[in-house]
Amino acid sequence: MAMAGEIGVLPRGDFQRLLDALNAKGYRIVGPTVREGSVVWETISSVFELPIGWRDQQEPGRYRLEQTGSPEIFGVVHGPQSLKPFVFAPREPLLQIERSKDGFATHPTLPQSEKVAIIGARACDLAGLATQDQIFLNGAYRDPYYAARREGLFLVAVNCTRALNTCFCASMETGPRAKHGFDLALTELDDQLLIEAGSEAGRDLLSNLCLSRGSEQLSAEAATRVDACAQSQVRRLDHSRLPQALYDAHEHPRWDEVAGRCLACTNCTMVCPTCFCHTVEETPDLSYQHTTHARLWDSCFTQEHGYIHGKNMRPTIKDRYRMWLTHKLASWIDQFGASGCVGCGRCITWCPVGIDLTEELPALLTPSEQQSTTSRRPEAAGG
Amino acid sequence: MANPYVIHPATIVEKIREAEDINTYRLQLVDEQARQCFRFAAGQFNMVYVFGVGEVAISIVSDPDEPEFLDHTIRTVGRVTKAIADLQPGDVLGIRGPFGQGWPLEEACGRNVVIVTGGLGCAPLVGAIEYIFKRREQYGSIKILHGVKTPHDLLYRERFDQWRRAPDTEVLLASDQPDKTWSYHIGVVTELFEEVAIDSMKSIALMCGPEIMMRLGVPILMRRGIPATAIYVSLERHMECGIGLCGHCQMGPYFLCKDGPVMRYDRVAQWLGQTGV
Repeated sequence: MAMAGEIGVLPRGDFQRLLDALNAKGYRIVGPTVREGSVVWETISSVFELPIGWRDQQEPGRYRLEQTGSPEIFGVVHGPQSLKPFVFAPREPLLQIERSKDGFATHPTLPQSEKVAIIGARACDLAGLATQDQIFLNGAYRDPYYAARREGLFLVAVNCTRALNTCFCASMETGPRAKHGFDLALTELDDQLLIEAGSEAGRDLLSNLCLSRGSEQLSAEAATRVDACAQSQVRRLDHSRLPQALYDAHEHPRWDEVAGRCLACTNCTMVCPTCFCHTVEETPDLSYQHTTHARLWDSCFTQEHGYIHGKNMRPTIKDRYRMWLTHKLASWIDQFGASGCVGCGRCITWCPVGIDLTEELPALLTPSEQQSTTSRRPEAAGG
Repeated sequence: MANPYVIHPATIVEKIREAEDINTYRLQLVDEQARQCFRFAAGQFNMVYVFGVGEVAISIVSDPDEPEFLDHTIRTVGRVTKAIADLQPGDVLGIRGPFGQGWPLEEACGRNVVIVTGGLGCAPLVGAIEYIFKRREQYGSIKILHGVKTPHDLLYRERFDQWRRAPDTEVLLASDQPDKTWSYHIGVVTELFEEVAIDSMKSIALMCGPEIMMRLGVPILMRRGIPATAIYVSLERHMECGIGLCGHCQMGPYFLCKDGPVMRYDRVAQWLGQTGV
């Protein structure tokens, strides 16, 4: 029998037992499910709701699911959603405010902390979550809304044994093995899953399952497959010269070129596991006695993002793409001590025109003879 | 830990008309405990809220020694500030704050202080000047250089006059679109540098105004011998949260709402002249 700290083996046919054990602990279970040609997180109760026998093919600007006929449970690597929506909600009401004798009274609307078990988080997703934790929980101001949502999460990670065409986690050193930040981590082999605990809650659950111990041979097999997944990644991002090299590339003509392709649609920022920009929306009711003060995801690709009374700091798509990439790959390091990119590849897949940051970065870091001349700010604009 | 998003009601005690589209609102927090706890440094800002409309970042103009009343000078330019303009004494606004880093007034102790402002940029420095004058003996000479577009844009006229009468203090004004009443320099504020003696090694410069004023003004101050590390600028970007989370106010690696708005020049020099930053 698998003891705490060891690796258990769950026959694939018994996977429902894991869900039942989580259910018995009071968790709402969320897992990847197939919907409208993609995979999205949904509340599930049965293993048969998981995308068994499906695989995703991802390429720049392209996402396709295909049936393989195999009994594989975690053949789909990921959909457009990372773990971000669970903690940094797309729309989070912050305050309810009503008129009162003092003018108004403010009522914070903290979300109920809910026990949610997420099945199938990938190493890149965990890395993205750790990045957001640092922003929302470990800075000068702790965000109580994020904290409440984060508190109840139980994370069941899946180590990747298949890389997508768009994956580059190996070069970002965030995957494909989940190293930390999970309660349980699974590796799916031919007809069984190896389960490893990464927290007290995970060890507790693992011991409840009374699994047989994984042999060293099985562990070695799992490690080999994960390593092979890393080796097979066709994309990589060399971040060794960042942040400075990208700061120095501010006037590179490549920005004009990529801006010619970018639609400023905001997709990359919406699917990014780490992007945290948000705007605040005020919605009074018809009586004007009551108003909801909510935050919602924003994107540095919108017109309004850099707007300040009569002036837009980033009026062109070039300015906005440069802002996004420079923040993601360079200034993020200065701000938070690590890259804002975890190598999940979502921004490549979900870009309607397939802009690939692993292609853009090296192009931007290649010295150009023709430095951009169009980006010099006319002096009058500053006044 | 306190919820940083909670907005505290504050009554408009007084509304002072400064110019056609500019008013100063003297606010007092309604809740007594909040009022007693509120402390701020000159150069910090509040998020000022209008019920049902939203928030806007506004620097605190008043004297940090008198935190009971919080003055905010606001130009009517956008959705929220237009709603504020409709309010009158007795009406209630909301406040979250104070946020950001203020002026380095302790570091400035024992030094000559050169204050350079343009337009409404003088507002974030009024509190700092009041602070210095209350401790006048701790500082060296004070030079206040202020530029406006037209004479109508000159706010706080009486204060400038009052400061001018203070010992070891020079106040120089410039207008580049003057009328017949204008008796001061005609031109832009940076031209005033030629009219003052700057004891470079002992001076510290505090600047706030349009970015072009700083981009053109700082090199002149540096040529006059003030090192970049003794020049401070207050910068402005779109701000929605005030706590470094909404992402809008970034300038290079900085979140100006929490790392600024007052920044030491050498830290932002790389970004200040750049397009789209």
